[in-house]
Amino acid sequence: MNEVIKVTQLTKIYPAPRGETLLRAVDSIDFSVREGEVFGFLGPNGAGKTTTIRMLTGLIRPTAGSATILGLDLFHNLSSIKKRIGVVPDKSNLYDELTAYENLLFDMQLYGVPKIEWKGRAESLLERFGLQEKRNSPFAKLSHGMKRALTIAAALAHNPTMVFLDEPTTGLDVMSARKLRKMIGTLRDQGVTVYLTTHYLEEAERLCDRIGLIVKGQLVALDTVEGLKNRVQSRAARVDVIWKNNRNEMLSAQVVADSPGEAIQKALLNAQGCEILSINTIQPSLEDVFVKLTGLDAEVMLSEKGNGKGK
Amino acid sequence: MLTDDLRGLYYIALKDLRAYYLKAPNISWGILFPFAFVLAFIIRNPGDVRTLVPGLIGLTVLFSTSSMEAIVITFERRIGSLERLFLSPVRLPAILAGKLLGGMVFGLGITAIVSTIALIIYPAANINWIMFLLALLLSSFSCAALGAFVSVAVKEVFEAQTLANFIRFPMMFLGGVFVPVATLPLWLQVIARFLPLTYSVEALRTALEGGSWSTAWIDLGMLLFFSIGLYVLGVLVLSRRIEQ
Repeated sequence: MNEVIKVTQLTKIYPAPRGETLLRAVDSIDFSVREGEVFGFLGPNGAGKTTTIRMLTGLIRPTAGSATILGLDLFHNLSSIKKRIGVVPDKSNLYDELTAYENLLFDMQLYGVPKIEWKGRAESLLERFGLQEKRNSPFAKLSHGMKRALTIAAALAHNPTMVFLDEPTTGLDVMSARKLRKMIGTLRDQGVTVYLTTHYLEEAERLCDRIGLIVKGQLVALDTVEGLKNRVQSRAARVDVIWKNNRNEMLSAQVVADSPGEAIQKALLNAQGCEILSINTIQPSLEDVFVKLTGLDAEVMLSEKGNGKGK
Repeated sequence: MLTDDLRGLYYIALKDLRAYYLKAPNISWGILFPFAFVLAFIIRNPGDVRTLVPGLIGLTVLFSTSSMEAIVITFERRIGSLERLFLSPVRLPAILAGKLLGGMVFGLGITAIVSTIALIIYPAANINWIMFLLALLLSSFSCAALGAFVSVAVKEVFEAQTLANFIRFPMMFLGGVFVPVATLPLWLQVIARFLPLTYSVEALRTALEGGSWSTAWIDLGMLLFFSIGLYVLGVLVLSRRIEQ
């Protein structure tokens, strides 16, 4: 599979306020994103997710390192890259005074979409994102979920081959978030490469083909969801055992060991003289993976939902 | 890339006009404000009102061009929509030029209305029309660049408004709108020479009196200098702001 993003030793250091040390927002990270995948960049607030996106989309200049996007060098072909990518920032930032239709139109005008395609493309995007009825409503009058949907639609208005989504579902209600996740899935089905940053562990688990974990500016792991889980599973395994004792009472327990086999053996030993009703190996969740690989409490991520973000 | 920049510049200006400038309160205020000031001056100092026409036109260009210009960029940066422009293939100098163009078109539109009314009431016989249009164009360019510089220099909208007024109001009294610069004390005349409105009013006065190019070229040149200087400063400051 082709690599659409290749990042080598990418670093961003912010100048320090007087008397403080330099802030290494992103510290010599290497990774690549493959064509057509949903790549998740996961980490707590201030981990360096948004700084990385800002560097990859040309908003800020890296302090060191290099990157190619869609086979083009980021520092020498920025204009060409910008024409082929779409960016959805962490807050919905279309123009309040323009209608949903006008906002889409403006994006097409900026990116040089031929005039003959404007109307058809805008109408099709409005339909795809369920916003036909809000066609002539000013952006300011849309609900939070609709604003988010329209912001994503605007990022797709020039038919980019890859999109960067920065915390797309933060602050959304359950239904709107679910709808947006479905839309992100549809993008992948259409062959669009998606670079997604999020601090919602379950969202990353559900949507991403591969996940990079970033903590304090450093990439601590990068693999498929299964790959990350296997790494954790090989270090520790849990089995859920349900048994019936001689008084006919149903009991259950979780047994933890270094491997699934060892855990089952331990469970059998513990259950001597009882009738075992079931033994189930418990798959680690992405939350377990996060805790194991980062050494951070998953609450760090969960508590930040809907809060402001760091750089 | 140049095609991207030119296209972007045009559509950014069009979007700004539609989203911010062409609103009834902006238009009515843009027309009434300079008349109100001049009327107040006439009531206090009745005399040859005809001499106030260049100042009235200069004042109109200044306020109609810079009022929104001075807050639009700060406002868009605040709500995040300026970032949309930076993410597009349009380069930063073209983005700022688009912002200036929006303000200039609005300012020149308002000035055209005010100038027509003023010249109907006080007709001028020997207007040098080419000089007059060039003076208007350069005045609106310098005022838009001033507004844009103010807008990129601060972080909050209220700061932009305060800074814009801090610059414009003294300019209004020192720039030869109501009182000829030559009649001011020497130290105020020196300050007046650092203000674009001074050159704007002088160039407009020369054009309305049918003066020669040899009289006006310094004023027009200074307006061009202010325009380009403030625009370049605006681009530099804005590029630093993005990194923050």
